[in-house]
Amino acid sequence: MPVRSDKGNSGILNTGKDGPLNEELKHTPLYDLHVELGAKMVPFAGYEMPVQYPAGVMAEHKQTRTKAGLFDVSHMGQVVLRARDPDDAALALETLVPVDVLGLAEGRQRYGYFTNEGGGIEDDLMIANRGDHLFLVVNAACKDADLARMRAALEPQVTVKLIRNRGLLALQGPAAVEVLAEHHPGVRDMRFMDVETLPIAGAECWVSRSGYTGEDGFEISVPEAATADLARALLAHEDVSPVGLGARDSLRLEAGLCLYGHDIDSDTSPVDAGLTWAIQKVRREGGARAGGFPGADRLLAAMAEGPARKRVGLLPDGRAPMREGVQLFASQEADRPIGQVTSGGFGPTIGAPVAMGYVRADLATPGTGLFGDVRGKRLPVTVAKLPFVAPGFKR
Amino acid sequence: MKYTEEHEWLDLDGDVVTVGITAHAAEQLGDVVFVELPDIGTSVTRDDEIVVIESVKAASDILAPIDGEVVEVNEVLVEEPGKVNDDPEGDAWFFKLKIEDASMMDDYMDEAAYKAFIAD
Repeated sequence: MPVRSDKGNSGILNTGKDGPLNEELKHTPLYDLHVELGAKMVPFAGYEMPVQYPAGVMAEHKQTRTKAGLFDVSHMGQVVLRARDPDDAALALETLVPVDVLGLAEGRQRYGYFTNEGGGIEDDLMIANRGDHLFLVVNAACKDADLARMRAALEPQVTVKLIRNRGLLALQGPAAVEVLAEHHPGVRDMRFMDVETLPIAGAECWVSRSGYTGEDGFEISVPEAATADLARALLAHEDVSPVGLGARDSLRLEAGLCLYGHDIDSDTSPVDAGLTWAIQKVRREGGARAGGFPGADRLLAAMAEGPARKRVGLLPDGRAPMREGVQLFASQEADRPIGQVTSGGFGPTIGAPVAMGYVRADLATPGTGLFGDVRGKRLPVTVAKLPFVAPGFKR
Repeated sequence: MKYTEEHEWLDLDGDVVTVGITAHAAEQLGDVVFVELPDIGTSVTRDDEIVVIESVKAASDILAPIDGEVVEVNEVLVEEPGKVNDDPEGDAWFFKLKIEDASMMDDYMDEAAYKAFIAD
């Protein structure tokens, strides 16, 4: 039963029987725990990571939407930026991202992205103001390039330090707050995108109320030696189950969140991606610190012009998932595609296939009927509003 | 019962062979969310891709194990693809082929050989 190699996410039947991987894979501090929990481990961004546990992707997804899921995201890059004057670190980072970093209050976090000279996106990241330093979380696959970029642009005025001795956990779902509150009641008072340093299970944790699932929840940076203990303590709660990368992907897709390297990449304009909300007024045309990041002229001009294509939600009318790479057409007969799917699969909460992708701007209105080419057949698909599920954030 | 290296099971009754996927394959695939079956009456040649299965993470094909004609398909799987995970080697068969040359069955593994194959 061959896995279709033209469908992007290859490999479920390819794991296990292919012998040792020739690439040297890194382990997170939770590797032994994943194995103990019966996870199916796969290579991901240079790490051996759990794609699912015995419960399976569907159950893990629903668990996160209804109770709480625990994710190991220790493969992501945790970076600290320091300068003698913290404002200097903020201003220096603003030369790489179109975000108002200087205006980010202490104890707050903000989404952003590194831009390039072409006005595309080099990576997306979280930026937190932790008082005397900035704390960044970047994508695992991009962390080496991100570090090189920051070191080249920011040093020596700013020190750029990759934090290698901390794990990163995400506890996500409606029950997350009460589970974590049993370890530190202070988390109840945190708002969406607040960050704090809190002692949890005996370790100094850097906690943010944020995540990548569309649910309320927390991301917890924890000293490496305490990571497994904290994970076990959280999993001991009856409302918490471990969740792998498979459900992480379906959760973020239903939540309308971009996956770097798929929905956004170095050729994607934030204007097309619908991510200009992350460019605060002060960095826009006419703002006090307008521009000043790579590709600013192009990006600000594109904002004024408006997008030629737009990232949209897509709901296939039938049961067949439309996966990454599926070409989209305005009609059954049309010769030329008007867009393509960048992420797609089955949405367990929706109970049907869901996708996102880019379509020509005049065809981006929700409700517009299009066709996706699936294995040579044009199947109907309808443009839909993102996210597919209402976010559960605590504002 | 015979087994293919593509993790299909084949159950021959007279000149009709029923085809499904093994419990091992179902477990490896994960939750199945979509099944596309061939039309009844389709003539197939060995190794034709005649069924598409999509799980939460990937799309796979089931190949025709033997030359023949599709005489029955399990329509229930279209409405309830999750049955493939619940009962892969029972109710969740995919299609039945009327075959001419039953000797082609000899190319495939028996249960002991298949168990050894997946244990490798």
